[in-house]
Amino acid sequence: MRITCPYCGARDAQEFGYLGDANPQRPDGMDATEAAMHDYVHLRDNPAGRHRELWYHGAGCHAWLVVTRDTRTHAIEAVEVARKTKAGAAA
Amino acid sequence: MSTQASNKQPCRLGSGGVIDRTQTRSFRFDGKRYEGYAGDTLASALLANGIRLVGRSFKYHRPRGILSAGPEEPNALVELRAGARREPNTRATVAELYHGLEARSQNRWPSLAFDLLSVNGLVSPALVAGFYYKTFMWPASFWEKLYEPLIRRAAGLGRAAGHEDPDHYEKAFAFCDLLVIGGGPAGLSAALAAGRSGARVILCDEDFRLGGRLLTEKREIDARAGSEWIADALAELASMPDVTIMPRSTVYGVYDHGIYGVVERVSDHLPVPSAHQPRQRAWRINARRAILAAGAIERPIVFAGNDTPGVMLAGAVRAYLNRYGVLPGRQAVVFTTGDDGWATARDLAAAGASVSAIVDPRREIDSALTLLAGKIGARVITGVVASASGGRALRSITVREASGREHSIPCDLLAVSNGWNPTLHLTSHQNTRPVWDESIHAFVPDALPAGLAVAGSAAGRLSLAQALEDGARLGAEAASACGFTPRAEMQPPKTDPESLGLSPVWRVKGGKGKAFVDFQNDVTDGDIELAAREGFKPVEHLKRYTTLGMATDQGKTSNIAGLAIMAEQTAKTIPQTGTTIFRPPYTPVAIGALAGHHRARDFRPTRLSPTHDWSREQGAVFVEAGPWLRAQYYPRPGESDWLTTVNREVRAVRSTVGICDVSTLGKIDIQGADAAEFLERVYINGWKALPVGKARYGLMLREDGFVMDDGTTSRLSETHFLMTTTTANAGKVMQHLEFCHQVLWPDLDVAMVSVSEQWAQASIAGPKARAVLQGVVDPQHDLSNEAFPYLAARAVTVGGGLPARLFRISFSGELAYELAVPAEQGEAMMRALMAAGAEHGITPYGTEALGVMRIEKGHVAGNELSGQTTARDLGLGKMMSSKKDYVGRLMAKRAALVEADRPIFVGFRPVNRSERLRAGAHFIGIGKAATMENDEGYMTSVAYSPHLGHWMGLGLLRNGQARIGERVRAFDPVRNGDIEVEICNPVFLDPEGARLHG
Repeated sequence: MRITCPYCGARDAQEFGYLGDANPQRPDGMDATEAAMHDYVHLRDNPAGRHRELWYHGAGCHAWLVVTRDTRTHAIEAVEVARKTKAGAAA
Repeated sequence: MSTQASNKQPCRLGSGGVIDRTQTRSFRFDGKRYEGYAGDTLASALLANGIRLVGRSFKYHRPRGILSAGPEEPNALVELRAGARREPNTRATVAELYHGLEARSQNRWPSLAFDLLSVNGLVSPALVAGFYYKTFMWPASFWEKLYEPLIRRAAGLGRAAGHEDPDHYEKAFAFCDLLVIGGGPAGLSAALAAGRSGARVILCDEDFRLGGRLLTEKREIDARAGSEWIADALAELASMPDVTIMPRSTVYGVYDHGIYGVVERVSDHLPVPSAHQPRQRAWRINARRAILAAGAIERPIVFAGNDTPGVMLAGAVRAYLNRYGVLPGRQAVVFTTGDDGWATARDLAAAGASVSAIVDPRREIDSALTLLAGKIGARVITGVVASASGGRALRSITVREASGREHSIPCDLLAVSNGWNPTLHLTSHQNTRPVWDESIHAFVPDALPAGLAVAGSAAGRLSLAQALEDGARLGAEAASACGFTPRAEMQPPKTDPESLGLSPVWRVKGGKGKAFVDFQNDVTDGDIELAAREGFKPVEHLKRYTTLGMATDQGKTSNIAGLAIMAEQTAKTIPQTGTTIFRPPYTPVAIGALAGHHRARDFRPTRLSPTHDWSREQGAVFVEAGPWLRAQYYPRPGESDWLTTVNREVRAVRSTVGICDVSTLGKIDIQGADAAEFLERVYINGWKALPVGKARYGLMLREDGFVMDDGTTSRLSETHFLMTTTTANAGKVMQHLEFCHQVLWPDLDVAMVSVSEQWAQASIAGPKARAVLQGVVDPQHDLSNEAFPYLAARAVTVGGGLPARLFRISFSGELAYELAVPAEQGEAMMRALMAAGAEHGITPYGTEALGVMRIEKGHVAGNELSGQTTARDLGLGKMMSSKKDYVGRLMAKRAALVEADRPIFVGFRPVNRSERLRAGAHFIGIGKAATMENDEGYMTSVAYSPHLGHWMGLGLLRNGQARIGERVRAFDPVRNGDIEVEICNPVFLDPEGARLHG
């Protein structure tokens, strides 16, 4: 696979690390419940198709990216910088 | 043409072929010496020498010869080279002949001509489809001792070398606009069309000579010999600076986003690789567009004795005649179901062979072909070949005419032609299936991987004219798609006429003897019928039950016949029966090529500390710590073993002063207005109140509540922290922090960077540590206990103004400092510290002594931070803040993680103080059986304490903290250890910390 890093351009997938689903939002703060945290830590969808997922450009710019990929074809629809999309911030 | 009566190569033609007759190549086969020419394959050279028996078959040990002239070869597998370079299962048909080549036949014992195990053929009812499943089922205990060794001896292909491969392999990357796969007429046309537009083109061909089937056929293009067209095309391509031709390069796989796996056999055609050259090179080629022009593979016909040496594919016969100048037989018969086979009769006759008959089941044959038969004196028989016989070499065939009458024809060569299968393997690597094309009776590509087009025979367009036309058109299209402007279309080249009529016969029933579908796996038509009877009808079941299409050739010559017979058994059509899908690799790829340089010590880079050379000078023994080499201990002359050395180093630190390189610890520089807030969220303990100029021990969890890492973090200013991590987790922690910042809390005003490699750091520990430092740190810095107390952390200068950082932290429990300087000053720092400490007898110590002292102090390290321990397990639960949120806070509260009888961190000492402890020993209650149910935890770390004079251990014991003073068994079945130990406080030395504050 090739992933187009917004900072570095199209790079081989070997440069990146994978973390999985980008959708779960961490329940921040002292009010967060154990149940919500359990879901955040353990529950992941495993769709056959469009998937927003986290990749880390560890052998490049160290940016965390949100890659929208079709899990059936590996076609990549979009690559965004996680920090800008606030992937995990908008709880 | 006539055959040369030379003794040396009795079957070599007097002229013709693209071999270099001035370059003799001497080689050995089964120990006997022969000669061939440059440009030969091992197969063509063997045939030139009249060698037709080259191996024994997998299961029945039947004599086998050479079937094909290409990568599809199922029979002629040899062990190539000798000693550590020996390579089993090499296809003789693609092994380029070199001077001194050594090859041995496989699967025979004691010799090729006389193979005792060929009795397998007589007991064959036991070896039919599924025989593994049926025969060796009972009793189970016989498997290891009897059945498996027996099967391994009797079956199996060649022998692996059994030694370390002495050659090098490497990986390489390339980028292009167009990758052309195959250098035959279609591929060359495509490369020309795209190259002329200025596109960057790479053309790969698995062969050592480009031209594809045009090399093996007597064809004309624009009224000139095909060889001249090839030469012109190659000359023009060579003149284009952006076109790269890669011969000996097999495209073995198609991967996502236009990535193609290619293995280049850089040195396989040489006895040994030239200096500094790899044996093979694995390429990863990124291509915006690709054209598959891989040609087609001819199909055999299933009939009794069709594996007899001397039965050969008709196209392969033409290849040996026309490309290699070799006559594969003198008295030939052609068995063909299409027009194509007739060309073999023509070429054989032209080379001087006698063609006694052309057997073709079709009732209507083009008159031009029958005219040709008359001209060369060949009988045309409307019928089929029912069987071939001769054992080790073909002697005769039995022909069955349309009327049913059978008669025998003596011959030493039977050329078989049954149509061609497009070489479409790469098109299905992205999980797309080919479709059946009734017009050519073959599967053709359907849906394709993105960016890939298919030209010529590989697309099922089997004529030379179509190949040239497809190549030119698709090459131009690919160039346009990449933004280049192809030249105006030229008139497509004119080719001589060819006819492609075909009416395939998949098998001829009723002959005497075994009829093979898959030569490599000895699968007969009977095996497929048996599979059908026993219900293994779907193709995937058929494959696994009979082994059809498995092993090195992956069914390149057998799949269609197998499907056809299954279709017949189930009264379906071939397309209804389906096809198995092809996966990478297209042909076998050596693991060595895929590994490249990443093997043994070079599996990953070895990292050296900036003070490595200094440690080596000091006589250090090094140990791997993650990717690093660290000094383990520093033996001195006269010290008999490592323990003596380590004891000396520990005593030196505890009595005077020692010095240890700690540069490999991870260091992360964290800055920003929210830096303290950020640390609050990633560490379990508090950071906002940490004063500037102070260090603090920190512990971080994973979000699931288990401990991730620990280390000391110092506050250098209000907004500036320096975090340290363990050596092993440095990369992982960096990634985690970046995740926390960029993904979880992007709003925090904080930035971080790894500075692990920017700083060299040394620990100076022992009662004299301050005195040593005072000789190195510039005098304006007051190092007194009051001015620079325990956990002070400040920027200082050393050696007259050089920037440095000094931390008063201690892993050993002694008065200790860590001094950091820019990495390039690391060695100078060590020398300065040694010089300053000389009067105190300063002693370098390594990771072993460091480990002994941390165990004496009960500090946790890698063995305890195993990913299965919580802060509470490690006795650090009190550090967990209740006033803030942090990673892992909620999950650490899970019921199972706070149970009383979780394994808890405690210390251990042997009841009998002279006994040795072993890490890994499991704790069992006294008097209880050593069973899994009675397992109460295990010893994580042990060391001999020279201070205490006995062994001590740290470990995780069920409810350990509450059991201090009790005794348990430390049971170590691996090393026959079973001793009583006393549970104790994990801090063995100076629990009040008096030494630390000295």
